[in-house]
Amino acid sequence: MLSISGLNEGIVLDHIREGKSLDIYYHLGLDKLDCQIAIIKNARSQKMGRKDIIKIEGNIIDKIDLDVLGYIDHNITVDIIRDDKVVEKRKVSLPKKITNVIKCKNPRCITSIEQGLPHVFYLADEKTETYRCQYCDEKYDGN
Amino acid sequence: MRHMLDPLDFSVQEIDDLLALARDIESHPDEYSHVCNGKKLATLFYEPSTRTRLSFEAAMLNLGGNVLGFQSAASSSASKGESVADTIRVISCYADIAAIRHPKEGAPLVASKFSGIPVINAGDGGHQHPTQTLTDLMTIRSLSGRLENMTVGLCGDLKFGRTVHSLINALVRYPGIRFVLISPPELSIPEYVRQDVLKANNIEFREVGDLDQALPDLDILYMTRVQKERFFNEEDYIRLKDCYVLTNEKMKLAKKNMWILHPLPRVNEISVEVDSDPRAAYFKQVRYGMFVRMALIMTLLEVKKPC
Repeated sequence: MLSISGLNEGIVLDHIREGKSLDIYYHLGLDKLDCQIAIIKNARSQKMGRKDIIKIEGNIIDKIDLDVLGYIDHNITVDIIRDDKVVEKRKVSLPKKITNVIKCKNPRCITSIEQGLPHVFYLADEKTETYRCQYCDEKYDGN
Repeated sequence: MRHMLDPLDFSVQEIDDLLALARDIESHPDEYSHVCNGKKLATLFYEPSTRTRLSFEAAMLNLGGNVLGFQSAASSSASKGESVADTIRVISCYADIAAIRHPKEGAPLVASKFSGIPVINAGDGGHQHPTQTLTDLMTIRSLSGRLENMTVGLCGDLKFGRTVHSLINALVRYPGIRFVLISPPELSIPEYVRQDVLKANNIEFREVGDLDQALPDLDILYMTRVQKERFFNEEDYIRLKDCYVLTNEKMKLAKKNMWILHPLPRVNEISVEVDSDPRAAYFKQVRYGMFVRMALIMTLLEVKKPC
């Protein structure tokens, strides 16, 4: 059994789909933070079978873009830890709009030639979790 | 400040008001001939479009305003690498309103975000062409007397035809609209129109390959050209370009009060012999397009008819 010490203050990103923790690490820009971070892969989970967990030390909740997290996987839970205790559990949801997380791949889109434009996608269909480019309305297919 | 980037930028009521204004301009053009005195329209055309550009220019001139602009990317600063954002910032210093056509989808939206003046999308790639949609709505309402309770046939290139997508989006807001979508399988409507627009709004529609079979049911037949510039493969274009040709013989199958619309330019899809059929409305449509652009310019500039 792997043992990782508890957090005195920080956040725990729990219920990450197996194998997705590194995607989240980079999408959230955690590689740019100057604090201790533990990435736990393939942790055993009664609900999920296996899951990933990320533990981040420090009072950094304001630096985490929960919209990005919601886009990547809205089943993730965010536990906020203070004085060794979980003081708040936040659920993330599918954001209505995401900016500079994914890029439009439509060669006919203005974002393919105009420099400095933010890549903005809006939630077109919550049921199918479909996002479309704000500029050309092309569906993002994730590949 | 408002822009016209997508036909759905205006509510049904606002579209009704706009069409009413366009009808009034058509009936009393002299009363509007000076309402835009001293105002300038910039036509920023990054790809050629004689028809749309001239319609905008005629519209502004008929309102007493002036026009400036360019007709291709080659004759603009875009050829030097200037961004859309910078171009519109500069144009905002010269003109009161801008109409922009661009081969890249979303370029007018980008322009609107950096513009100090109202922006009209005059066509962006295969995406939107809202003033064509307004033209189509005005033509249908003027000739049929209504925009609801009718069967609309859309024929030809339904895949790349932006006018078709925009018209569907606009018409689903009216009650009792049914569509017959006539195309070869390769040029059928995109899945997102089928799912997100037609099915999501519980619109009655059927997809067929045979124009003859569809014709007797239609109140409106909207013909489209298979656009060479939208194909990456010349062979596909040649194979599909003449898949539908409307002739006098076929018109015998249509209702006596059906109207034929076409966004033009026409190539072979409507035989010239059909032009003399009283149901051929595509040249009337051009005229309505000018009136509706006049109404749109007035609305965005917040110019009122003199008392």
